[in-house]
Amino acid sequence: MADSQTLKQLVLGRKDVQDLSDTEHDLPPDLMTVNMGPSHPAMHGTVRIVLTVDGERVVKSDVHPGYLHRCFEKESEYATYTQIFPYTDRLNYVSPMINNCGWAMVTEKLMGLTSLIPKRAEYIRVIVSEMSRITDHLTCVGASAMELGAFGPFLFFLKAREWLYELLEKVSGARLTHTYVRVGGVSKDLPDNFAADLTHTLDETVKVMVEVEQMLNGNKIFRDRMAGIGAMTREEAIASGCVGPIARACGVDYDVRKDYPYSVYPEVEFDVPLGTTGDCLDRYLVRIEELKQSISILRQCLKQIPDGRIMVDDPRCSLPPKKDTYNTIESMIRHFKHIVDGIKIPAGEAYAFVEGGNGELGFFVVADGTGRPYKAYCRSPSFVHLSTAGQLIQDHLIADIVPIFGMINMIGGECDK
Amino acid sequence: MGVEITTTRLEDAAKWAKSSMLEKATNWGRKFSLFTYPFVTACCGMEFMSVAGPKYDLARFGAEFPRFSPRQSDLLMVVGTVTEKQGPAVKRIFDQMAEPKWVIAFGVCASTGGFYQNYHTMPGVDQVIPVDVYIPGCPPRPEQVLDALILLMDRIQSGRGHSQLRDKREQLIAASHDEG
Amino acid sequence: MAQKVLDSLTAQHAAAIEHTESQHGDEIAWVKRDQLLAVATWLKTDPTMLFDAPVFCTCIDRLDWRPLGVPPSQAWTEDKPRFEVCYQLRSVTHRYRLRLKISVPESDPHVPSLAGLWPAFNWQERETFDMYGIRFDGHPDLRRIYLYEEFVGYPLRKDYPKEKRQPLVRRDDLPMNPIKVAREHK
Repeated sequence: MADSQTLKQLVLGRKDVQDLSDTEHDLPPDLMTVNMGPSHPAMHGTVRIVLTVDGERVVKSDVHPGYLHRCFEKESEYATYTQIFPYTDRLNYVSPMINNCGWAMVTEKLMGLTSLIPKRAEYIRVIVSEMSRITDHLTCVGASAMELGAFGPFLFFLKAREWLYELLEKVSGARLTHTYVRVGGVSKDLPDNFAADLTHTLDETVKVMVEVEQMLNGNKIFRDRMAGIGAMTREEAIASGCVGPIARACGVDYDVRKDYPYSVYPEVEFDVPLGTTGDCLDRYLVRIEELKQSISILRQCLKQIPDGRIMVDDPRCSLPPKKDTYNTIESMIRHFKHIVDGIKIPAGEAYAFVEGGNGELGFFVVADGTGRPYKAYCRSPSFVHLSTAGQLIQDHLIADIVPIFGMINMIGGECDK
Repeated sequence: MGVEITTTRLEDAAKWAKSSMLEKATNWGRKFSLFTYPFVTACCGMEFMSVAGPKYDLARFGAEFPRFSPRQSDLLMVVGTVTEKQGPAVKRIFDQMAEPKWVIAFGVCASTGGFYQNYHTMPGVDQVIPVDVYIPGCPPRPEQVLDALILLMDRIQSGRGHSQLRDKREQLIAASHDEG
Repeated sequence: MAQKVLDSLTAQHAAAIEHTESQHGDEIAWVKRDQLLAVATWLKTDPTMLFDAPVFCTCIDRLDWRPLGVPPSQAWTEDKPRFEVCYQLRSVTHRYRLRLKISVPESDPHVPSLAGLWPAFNWQERETFDMYGIRFDGHPDLRRIYLYEEFVGYPLRKDYPKEKRQPLVRRDDLPMNPIKVAREHK
């Protein structure tokens, strides 16, 4: 008591400090409202969090998304089904091929073509989807590690991601927003020597992953900042609609590729990693393990891929060969009608979903018989996960918001559509 | 007094020959030590990460370290789509930056709105702030970004960034008021 | 895919279900608005159903619904309700999927909120309110989520023009526009 008295005398510079008690004249514990965003260093998306903090501890939070609302649904009502593929690319822009595949799946479901897609096209879709999933996880883990101060893993993962971008550029023509998949198949065949290039890239990526795992997995700083932060129980995860790596980290065994298999996923073997506690460290470990599983899927697909057509042989949705388009009037008219009017899909509605980088990415489409959808809704996992963010950062420090937000992997384009 | 707004690289080079040594030295220092504020919103952010990454290295141009505070940066890179909701935030960040400051509109969404023409997308960030260099592309290749950065550096060297021109204009106005 | 879901639903809540259908492998049940909470609670808690995972909540605006290739009686007319609020649910244990649809007239766009049963619908109902103007009774915090508070109108309704912007930042007074300033000070 005497020591704290002399300390107070020194600090406050007053002689009558014995009248001051510890509780009365300390700094008043008011809550402070702080604004985080919409422009903030986290590389994932633009979102605004209004925090009410007590010192460093978050008491209340209010998350404001919508700073990247680019009106996917309204634009879709004015675009043909094939013209919507670029819009879907920009939904989850770190794994764009998966969004393309999801949109193709829902249009094929509405037309009844799901079982008629050629095997080679399905394998190509799975190959590029898994490559996109790898880029998604590399970006998420790399950026999160950088935000925690580990700049090295970010650069190594970017290096690996560049190799994948180059390969995807050889396949589709663009590094990031591919617009590669079409209704009924894919637009171009795989380039020459693709299997050898991809195998070499996967070997190099595995080496990079091993290096980063050695840097991060046993790193005390990384573990202290990630373990026990932002935990969620299994029931909370299910009731909040969480899917994907976040739900799997809580122990929810839900992977669309296993539970509602689509495309050629029944023919490849892979495991679904599950976590236990649902904290940030489990989410990170689940993502790293999913990277390894994706690499294994890719190796199997490269062995199993057959030869054949890459687009279903159905004049309702496929363009005629260029030779016919230039030489016969019927093919030219068919080409013209497909481009200008769009693929006519009979009236009805369907919901189709794929396993995106963040979980169940679904499209709910209401078709009305014309070439443009009547309504196209995207069920985005990032939106649902962001809605849990407010509850996850409760009672954590401000510094814990960084790993929580990073491991949720909220992609702005997908969240705000 | 004709103050040209758009120039060509040849004109920039000719003007460089006429500027003073101090101005040349200051601009040389400014162009090789750009502190970027990457205002990242959307998909172009991925390409910005690639540009700042090890393969297409942004650091060799001096623009290495992103300063995530407008008070400490001088190059605002608006990366990705700007929406109407985001407009006040962009404007405020631009206003908070100290002169001289430059703006790069990275990607076609920040330049003109891209292929988004709807009730929420701002048709280009130059609706609310002046832009020095526009980079088209959806997303632009990293080589395009480096080309744009070199173009901006040439502009800075010749003193023709919007902020530098504003400064010169104000000096000319003040000088003409003194005379008159 | 699972017709027995629809069968047991109609058996249990015959008065609340208007009709059911199965389209492209999805089960759809049309529910009366005032019975929605009862049906949803039964779907969540009953051991044969156990729909514990929410998938999405959205709305369809049938104002321009004139589909091709179907009889013209299926097109929308003024006497039919304009909005259809859709909820998609999933059962983790039984692996069922179900879509609930509630018809909502334009004059009375109110639907009981399911945010108390499934927390995921909290934000999704806010999104539906933001885009379509459907009010969810009993929602803890119904306000706009994607758009700003100053926005007037509900943009995903069919009568809202796509390109009608409502800018927050004034565009006509740009003091930093160099061309404008140069001309003024000539």
